[in-house]
Amino acid sequence: MHSKQSKWLWAAALFAYAFLYLPLIIVVVYSFNDSKLNAEWVGFTFKWYEILFHDAQMLTAARNSLLIGLITSICATVFGTLAGLAMYKYKLRLLPLLVLTPIAIPEILMGVSLLIFFVMLNMTLGLVSVTLAHIAFCIGFVAIVVRSRLQGMDESLVEAARDLGATPVQAFRLVTMPLIMPGIIAGALMAFTLSIDDFVITFFTAGAGASTLPLQIYSMIRIAVTPEVNAISTLLMLLTLCLILLASKLAPSALRAE
Amino acid sequence: MAKSNRLNKWLISGPPLLYLLIFFAIPSLIMAFAAFRFPGDYGGLLPLIGPNPETGANEILVNASNWRDYLTFENFGRFFEDSIYVELFVKSFWYAGITTLVCLLLAYPLAWLIARSPKKYRDLMILLVILPFWSNFLIRVYAWMIILGPQGYFTMAINQVLGLIGIGPVQLMFSHFAVIIVLVYVHLPFMVLPLYANLEKHDLALLDAAQDLGASAWQRFWKVTWPLSLPGVWAGAALVFIPALGMFAVPDLIGGTDGIMIGNLIKQQFLDSRDWPFGSVLSIMLTLAVLGLAGLAALIGRGGKRNAL
Repeated sequence: MHSKQSKWLWAAALFAYAFLYLPLIIVVVYSFNDSKLNAEWVGFTFKWYEILFHDAQMLTAARNSLLIGLITSICATVFGTLAGLAMYKYKLRLLPLLVLTPIAIPEILMGVSLLIFFVMLNMTLGLVSVTLAHIAFCIGFVAIVVRSRLQGMDESLVEAARDLGATPVQAFRLVTMPLIMPGIIAGALMAFTLSIDDFVITFFTAGAGASTLPLQIYSMIRIAVTPEVNAISTLLMLLTLCLILLASKLAPSALRAE
Repeated sequence: MAKSNRLNKWLISGPPLLYLLIFFAIPSLIMAFAAFRFPGDYGGLLPLIGPNPETGANEILVNASNWRDYLTFENFGRFFEDSIYVELFVKSFWYAGITTLVCLLLAYPLAWLIARSPKKYRDLMILLVILPFWSNFLIRVYAWMIILGPQGYFTMAINQVLGLIGIGPVQLMFSHFAVIIVLVYVHLPFMVLPLYANLEKHDLALLDAAQDLGASAWQRFWKVTWPLSLPGVWAGAALVFIPALGMFAVPDLIGGTDGIMIGNLIKQQFLDSRDWPFGSVLSIMLTLAVLGLAGLAALIGRGGKRNAL
């Protein structure tokens, strides 16, 4: 409509997209660079991936991350789905506050308060404390996704089932549940991704007992930047990409729920 | 019926409520309480209920005739006594503020363009904004460590240009500039999404009407689009400003000694100095700042909505 104006806009948008993607592309490209430095391009290699798969610490961290992520996503999905249902069905005050505040405040606050809490309980910091913390901050995200799915649901379907003689439990199990299932699965994938990716809360609740991939990456890049980090970063990006594309297929609104 | 309804309500909302009470509300309250306790001799925290080492009162609560035996304001006093801490808060606000502003400038044209694109492309364009945001936060910081590092092409190119005009080589890493650019990078999608959600809903007939009445492109933006988009702007500002304010990893990795923020101080009190009561004071100050801002944003947001109507 106004070609001069939109040309300027396209330039600005392209700049923003380039700004978003170039740094990540650089990480991926350097993960194949046959040099110890992230500087000049020397030649193509897979050796950083080989080193990665023989790095015992990294493998332990990966196993921890997957284990924590799996348990977190199962528990957070159960609690989060219940929270989403409750927030949709009932007028509540306390629950929405407790569900939404952890999302809104800086992560470090939740990290340090859980650190105090676990230490006061004389708990050894490790896999268990990290998992308990991850569940707490994932519940809100699952709840939001499930609630938005419920809001998009046609309530008359449930009423029809009730008119046809279904008990409330039957109506829920046979009508509501299948309708919101994509939202629940998207929520579970989201919780898994958030758990695998979390750094701040894990940092405070892991103690010396459990390293996860982000903690491992953090300690590596604090000391020195090595191409091994490029390789693990590339793999992590690939995993996240698959999970997010899957989640967005299942519940297109899920990603925008934030 | 009513009874079973109430039962259902508790069966559904009870478990998540209980979990979040135990693992979010109670730890937060404990932290608030810890801010009024003395630090233990070996760091960490004294038992929450028990004597104050200075007065030596050692009977638990039975003898609590004087609450000063158990609680103190000294940790808060320390915060305001030394200007270092207040200055660090001001500096963190400044960093988060600049970050928010730069995010707004970058995000607005992008969000506008996406909102005005044909419907079939919009989802894809917005997904392209979200995708990098879903890759691990540390990876995104690390990418900038490569770019800003002394051997990065970006640094070398800049120094070549600076060399031509006779200015010596500069170090980009560990500078204020580096902290801001990375903070902008990790928070940008938080600004694009609410702006897009807002701009997409605008009634374009208003712009046509403005044009018919003789408004220039600039006037149409400034008098119509901008005021209507204010709720989105404030939402985005809150979503960028608040997490940026509490950041500690970016300053840690990119900022060097000059670039530290409140988050670094909190981390230091909890993990290095092990002065948990003072760490709790800092956390409470950060919480109060965030709550204040959220309240302010809600007020302004409501005002913005009223203006838009």
